[in-house]
Amino acid sequence: MSDDKYSKYELVIGLEVHAQLSTKSKMYCGDSTEFGASPNTQVSPLSLGHPGTLPRVNKAAVAAAVKIGLAMDGEIREVNEFARKNYFYADLPKGYQITQDKTPICTNGFLKFEVNGEEKTVRIHRIHMEEDAGKSTHDLDPFFTLVDLNRAGVPLVEIVTEPDIRSSDEAYQYLTEVRKLVRFLEICDGNLEEGSMRCDANISIRKVGETILNTRVEVKNMNSIRNVKRAIEAEFIRQVDLVEEGGVVVQETRGFDANTGKTLGQRSKEFAHDYRYFPEPDLPPVVITDAYIQDVRANMPKLPKQLISEYVNHFGLPLYDATVITDDKDLAFYFNDLLKLTSNYKAASNWVLGPVKSFLNENGLEISQFVLKPQALADLIALIDSGKTNFSVASQKIFPEMIVAPAKSPLQIAEELNLLQNSDEGMIKELVAQVLSSMPAKVEEYKAGKKGLMGLFVGEVMKASKGKADPKVTNKLLNELLEN
Amino acid sequence: MSSYNTIRSLQTALTAGETTVSAIVDLYIKTIDAKKQLNAFLEVFTEEAQQRALQLDAKRKSGQPLGKLHGLVIGIKDNICYAGHKVTGGSKILENFTSIYNATVVERLLAEDAIIIGRLNCDEFAMGSSNENSAYGNVKNALDETLVPGGSSGGSAVAVQADLCHATLGSDTGGSIRQPASFCGVVGVKPTYGLVSRYGLLAYASSFDQIGPLTKSVEDSALILEVIAGADEFDSTASQKPIPAYTSQTFPGKAKIAVLKNTVDHPGIHADVKQATETFIADLKTKGHSVEEVAFDLMDYLIPTYYVLTTAEASSNLARYDGVHFGFRSPNAVDMETVYKKSRSEGFGKEVKNRIMLGTFVLSSGYYDAYYSRAQKVRRILKEQIRAIFKDYDFILMPTAPSVAFKIGEKTDDPIAMYLADIYTVLANLVAIPGLSIPVANDAQGLPIGIQLMSDKFEDGKLMAFAKEIGY
Repeated sequence: MSDDKYSKYELVIGLEVHAQLSTKSKMYCGDSTEFGASPNTQVSPLSLGHPGTLPRVNKAAVAAAVKIGLAMDGEIREVNEFARKNYFYADLPKGYQITQDKTPICTNGFLKFEVNGEEKTVRIHRIHMEEDAGKSTHDLDPFFTLVDLNRAGVPLVEIVTEPDIRSSDEAYQYLTEVRKLVRFLEICDGNLEEGSMRCDANISIRKVGETILNTRVEVKNMNSIRNVKRAIEAEFIRQVDLVEEGGVVVQETRGFDANTGKTLGQRSKEFAHDYRYFPEPDLPPVVITDAYIQDVRANMPKLPKQLISEYVNHFGLPLYDATVITDDKDLAFYFNDLLKLTSNYKAASNWVLGPVKSFLNENGLEISQFVLKPQALADLIALIDSGKTNFSVASQKIFPEMIVAPAKSPLQIAEELNLLQNSDEGMIKELVAQVLSSMPAKVEEYKAGKKGLMGLFVGEVMKASKGKADPKVTNKLLNELLEN
Repeated sequence: MSSYNTIRSLQTALTAGETTVSAIVDLYIKTIDAKKQLNAFLEVFTEEAQQRALQLDAKRKSGQPLGKLHGLVIGIKDNICYAGHKVTGGSKILENFTSIYNATVVERLLAEDAIIIGRLNCDEFAMGSSNENSAYGNVKNALDETLVPGGSSGGSAVAVQADLCHATLGSDTGGSIRQPASFCGVVGVKPTYGLVSRYGLLAYASSFDQIGPLTKSVEDSALILEVIAGADEFDSTASQKPIPAYTSQTFPGKAKIAVLKNTVDHPGIHADVKQATETFIADLKTKGHSVEEVAFDLMDYLIPTYYVLTTAEASSNLARYDGVHFGFRSPNAVDMETVYKKSRSEGFGKEVKNRIMLGTFVLSSGYYDAYYSRAQKVRRILKEQIRAIFKDYDFILMPTAPSVAFKIGEKTDDPIAMYLADIYTVLANLVAIPGLSIPVANDAQGLPIGIQLMSDKFEDGKLMAFAKEIGY
């Protein structure tokens, strides 16, 4: 088989994720960080790098970095120095980036998640704070590169893994988990398409069974998690082909072309960059005390793994429900609110994963755009539990109407549409008797053992009641009459 | 000229109606014009100063409360940002660059009714000891125009020396306030690092730079410092300590003064300076102060340590002058790389380029440990040793400079000789302590000799009180 050569090799991947922190102001000055403002409007002498300006540390960004560090079970550093990374580029107005070099705010973390049913642990080498550069646009003007400095100075955390990732699926799942975490922590919107989360992949290959680390290639420009996966797969094939043909992988930076699905060598300088890191003299070290860490921890929202365990152990929900709900931060937060308003937890889960999710999917909406508040959904669940309606009527008739008229209560809607179910045994018994007497042949067949006819009888009773007979009561009465 | 030796006596005269701020401003403007050849001012804000003088006179006459610096006509070194005014750092690379914001010190001066009369010439980006490195020509010493005024705040020293304004602000990274003060016979104070906000000061070496006053008297320096010092949210390295009223501080007792070994008997010291220092010490002793020699064997490390660390920081601080965003862009540039290379090659002067290259070298991989790390280590040891000395002594005393003002052009071809002009002043910046220079004597040719006094960190008030006590 021609594919054989690939099965001899395995991938060794380390990922670097840059997460843009959704703080109101920049990392080292008070400029706004709002996305989408006109070019060069979110700037002051500080982010323009004007002579005489000095940085100061954004405390919210430090808190965000501590949060992600704690969420990844890392050690938080007490004395955090900043460092200058020196290089010249048009979108770097100071001529250096203020980052952390020898004292990253977090080290030795890890992230555990499932890939294809198996548990995977990826160690986090370091997390550090830094500022973003501006944005250069090369293709808007025929003669000039255009520079927008709105982004210059926006706070970032860089999350660097150990080379623990062994497949494109693992990389995909790792990034999904990281995105989920930053969204739960509400420190970054995790949007790879808009660039608020960016990923560089360091990729090398080795023969299966080997433990050495071979020369790695850094791949950039992947604007979705799927493209990271594709780029890794393309790079694996390229490197294996190269090595099998007797070639050597060279250390370089490659870009991913989403159209061709291939990685391309980027024009690189002959010499390695010497960034001349040295301690930032304009910023005293930020000292993070244990009390501060405890304070941040106490104010952290619950993370997916905590929520899953709570849903399963405290609320008695199936693991599947818990996992699906916690895939989406906003959905989980909505669900948390709902749990406070009802005691029928399973019904809550069924509603959220059933009618609510289908409605959102069909209309291409996010839970944050959903018109019904958790209270409305809790009222609907209570209406069913009181026996005044049932799930099928509620989901098919009442729920769609509530979405159209969110100001009305479910009870009001059920009354207006004449949907309140009847649990009056006397009235239902009459209908049951009518139905059974109208189809004596079927009754005989049932009694002869064709138990499947029960559904037909129930349906006929419902029809006769115009859908208002309580199905539970109907079932009970039918059983009584048919067994006699 | 003006008979008002101190800001206080000036303010008394103003309140008594003996003179007006307008009259004083006009007099200074006339003097500046008459002594143009000194090249101290790069720009005089004539109309603006006259306007403001009128406003201040009106304010005083209307009986409104007056600022602490009411009527003070002050010049600022051209590396301090004043919104709407040019700031060049003495460099061609910032020719025609206008600041869009105020330095914190400028805000504070203006808030207390000072009048900023113009910007003062200096060595390019404050790098130099003779004011010969300005892109706008050298400054001349008013006592003898063939002599340098010292540097880098040469314009600031000459402006006070020649009565071009009442006081000035300079900046001091390794002696740039104290050494020209010594050469020009005026008082210069380099405050504790972190006492005065650096926001709005064009950075040379961030962990060394401090803004400070140059005046005729210590009293005036104390008053100006009282206004400009103190915490600033725009400078994270500025101290949060409350600022005492320096002007009312006194030093009634007897001082214990240390003289470091290898300073007065340093081989580089000129005989006149040595003699003046010894006379001054003898005089202090007669007044009952104790002066003792203290062992110190790191003298030879000061200049190398200073130049490794300051050039490293400078190489990074000056990266922003790249021709891309503001300032000078070479007309010969054709693409991004040449914008950088040509703008910086043509925009910076020789000394600045020397220091950028040196700083880039000491930070580069392979050399970092041998130079930058080691210099940081020396700096730590220095801090420990000096802290230990201040456990037993109030002040350290040494000459401000090894010589009096030298001839223009005398040391321009010998950078080592030029760097040695700073041997006594870099210590205060290396260990972040305050230092002041007072004019104590003249040499045989009548050229001023300065003595430098230093105290422990944040004892600026005590230091100035003592200098006042002994008559300066």
